[in-house]
Amino acid sequence: MTELTAELQNDPRVPEELRNNVFITTLDKIYNWGRKRSVWPMLFGLACCAIEMIATAASRHDLARFGWELMRASPRQADLMIVSGTVTKKMVPQIVRLYNQMPEPRYVIAMGACATAGGPFKEGYNVVSGIDKFIPVDVYITGCPPRPEALLHSFLKLQEKIEKQSLRNVPWYRPGTDDIIPVPMLGPDLVDMRRAEAIRAKAAESQNA
Amino acid sequence: MSQTPTNPPAAKPAAGHGAKAAAPKLAVLTPEMQQLQQHFGEALITPAPFVGVLVNDKRRLVDVARYLRDELKYDSITNLTAVDYIKEGYFEVVYQVQRSTGGEPLTFKARVPRPQGNDLSEPLPSLTAVYAGADFQEREVYDMFGIPFEGHPDLRRILLWEGFYGWPLRKDWHEPYYEGDTKPFESRWPGGDHKLAEERVPWEDNVNYPPGFDPLSFVANPDAGLYDSMMHGVRVVQSDGSALTTQQNGTATAAAERNGGAATALDELQTDQIIVNMGPQHPSTHGVLRMVVKLDGETVTDLKLALGYLHRNHEKIGERNTWLHNIPYTDRLDYICGLANEWGYVLTVEKMMGIKPTERAEYLRVLMAELTRIQSHFWAIGFLLNDLGAFYTPALYFITERDLILDLFESVTGSRLMCNYFRFGGVARDLTEAQLAHAKELAFERIPRKIDELEALLTDNEIVRARTIGVGYLPADRSINYSLTGPCIRAAGVPYDIRRVDPYGIYDRFDFDIPVLYGADVYDRYRVRVMEMRQSLRIVQQCLKQMEDTRWGDIQAGKKAYNHRVPAGQAYGRVETPKGELGFYLVSDGGQNAYRYHVRSSSFINLNSLKEMVVGHKVADAVVILGSLDIVLGEVDR
Ligand code: SF4
Repeated sequence: MTELTAELQNDPRVPEELRNNVFITTLDKIYNWGRKRSVWPMLFGLACCAIEMIATAASRHDLARFGWELMRASPRQADLMIVSGTVTKKMVPQIVRLYNQMPEPRYVIAMGACATAGGPFKEGYNVVSGIDKFIPVDVYITGCPPRPEALLHSFLKLQEKIEKQSLRNVPWYRPGTDDIIPVPMLGPDLVDMRRAEAIRAKAAESQNA
Repeated sequence: MSQTPTNPPAAKPAAGHGAKAAAPKLAVLTPEMQQLQQHFGEALITPAPFVGVLVNDKRRLVDVARYLRDELKYDSITNLTAVDYIKEGYFEVVYQVQRSTGGEPLTFKARVPRPQGNDLSEPLPSLTAVYAGADFQEREVYDMFGIPFEGHPDLRRILLWEGFYGWPLRKDWHEPYYEGDTKPFESRWPGGDHKLAEERVPWEDNVNYPPGFDPLSFVANPDAGLYDSMMHGVRVVQSDGSALTTQQNGTATAAAERNGGAATALDELQTDQIIVNMGPQHPSTHGVLRMVVKLDGETVTDLKLALGYLHRNHEKIGERNTWLHNIPYTDRLDYICGLANEWGYVLTVEKMMGIKPTERAEYLRVLMAELTRIQSHFWAIGFLLNDLGAFYTPALYFITERDLILDLFESVTGSRLMCNYFRFGGVARDLTEAQLAHAKELAFERIPRKIDELEALLTDNEIVRARTIGVGYLPADRSINYSLTGPCIRAAGVPYDIRRVDPYGIYDRFDFDIPVLYGADVYDRYRVRVMEMRQSLRIVQQCLKQMEDTRWGDIQAGKKAYNHRVPAGQAYGRVETPKGELGFYLVSDGGQNAYRYHVRSSSFINLNSLKEMVVGHKVADAVVILGSLDIVLGEVDR
């Protein structure tokens, strides 16, 4: 990029007064450069990990250094969902709904052991073994809870990921890829509607057995 | 791990279930229990195993409760839970009542036979008319055990949702990932050939459906009962009691239409009342709490809470964990003050094992618990300001101070929040010279200064006063009846603090006051917290001085052990956490894990009174009042 720019500075076709004012880059670069530094996370806490998320946003760790300071309480204004804590069956319909309401491009960080895989409470009857059973996750962080530095690390990782995306193939500019995730249902137990057919078949089997 | 945990359940020695065949020893009656027995006769009131008395005719329960409240002055119900004695074939519901003036709680119990399969058991009479604090607790017992309470004004599932299949805390109900009754599970230890739980279970996920369940035709409406109860005031329970859903499966709109026919006094002006959900995703509800408010304009006319969005099955998991294994789980109850929770649990188990921590450990416990109180109150006040609309900036100042205390926790225990520091008979680590210096710097220099600063900014702040004085008023007698504890009840003029009314640890060695104010509003709750921080500082300062006379490193009574056996018995132990009274009701059958593990959580029970505090105020005040209760959802939903 800089070489190109330097070449341009010496190009006689460029008028004198413009020479130090023109920069050339790729569209992807400028697009991602802007995006990665203005991610708005959703103000959304689930459990103990949320306390560390708040600490990350507070004075000592200062999330704002990375251009991420604005936590929005509405999913419609947010680009990033930090799933900060234990995902319970009772809560997961709401989480999926919130995710569906976020505009593309949207990202998800699974913060801590619980959001990643159920954590210490995995065996609980009301606990979902990781949010990725329902929504796609971009970055996972270990820890119970992860330290604020670990959360910052995950932000940097997400920035790397954003940097690597290209306008040519990002899903949100293509038709038909706007996937709304079916909201799970609270029946006798949590029902993942994408598996409803299979569940029905199996339940019928167990009845006949 | 050098010691070998024996694998359950085959290896369980005679001290376990086998010993139960011999009649357990009966409780020794206190003078109050004797008085109760004299009044109601020896046929009705008999000594229960281990603790408390048994009320033999459940129809008389309300009379007994009323007598306890009115004659014996046990004016609040502190704990209400149930135990499933599957071998003996009954559920035992345990009630613990308390005098707000102090002393030990009095325990009485009632039994109902265990039903078959998933059926509801016989009902017990509800005590809500006598003790308002029984409301949520009875719903929890209903939710977890399937024991209905007759006369309860709004008996719905509280932590799970309407329609959930089964009653989770019954001993014959197994969670989908069930592997065994006791940890360590065979798949983890000693072989370690761990398979994913998903690969092991029939549904390939953490779920379980009844036979013949058809998700495609099933209509889920878990909130129908909630909205109906708000539109009608009283809930309709099906006469056969099978599912306890409302008769009309209508939604709020349908219910509103029905209501349209019968005009009430409020309808005079024909204003519409609307129901608004706040939460579970809402910036002001301190986590995943859901408040459902009925609004007339901006005035709240009714409020219901929908809980359980963070119900992590703490009690079921706690009954699988070995005794020691459970300590880190208690950290995650009220995750702002992990160290305070650990103390409650460890104290109760120590009570059952009959051991005492060493001198040094006693001081370290006080030191950590009081620092926890200070940092928790910093947090609470910071976020109260947040709720008042001073978005985040004031909280930043308090989080800074809190981080300094967490630094100490981290350097001593290895973790900022989840400290896992207490042990049966002691604590895990002692403080080094540098850490002690850090603690002293905080206790003598930094925090006193910062509390002064905080007060200078807030206590006489005009906006704070205008928004909080007189808001969320709940007088002392109602607070007691609602089993309110913690700073909230002390702001209503009741000097109820477990450190004084039922002392534990070595609090009798310190010179400190229990701050009490009489406004019973948000402002006084704030001020009580500030005063308590100062008192905690006094304790920490004395503690740091007195500690110098104890031997460094002497932090564990007896030998360190991984596998503890707790003699068969029952115990209720409680501590004063920053949120209020945290109690643990434990039943041991002599095995290596708890037979019943119940957490009496102050955040949960304090929420009982929220409705009465909020109704009549504007909706923006509802947020502030909730903030003044200082709840933590991990402890509310467990
Ligand atoms: S990972 Fe640990 S700290 Fe985070 S929510 Fe789960 S239990 Fe809490």
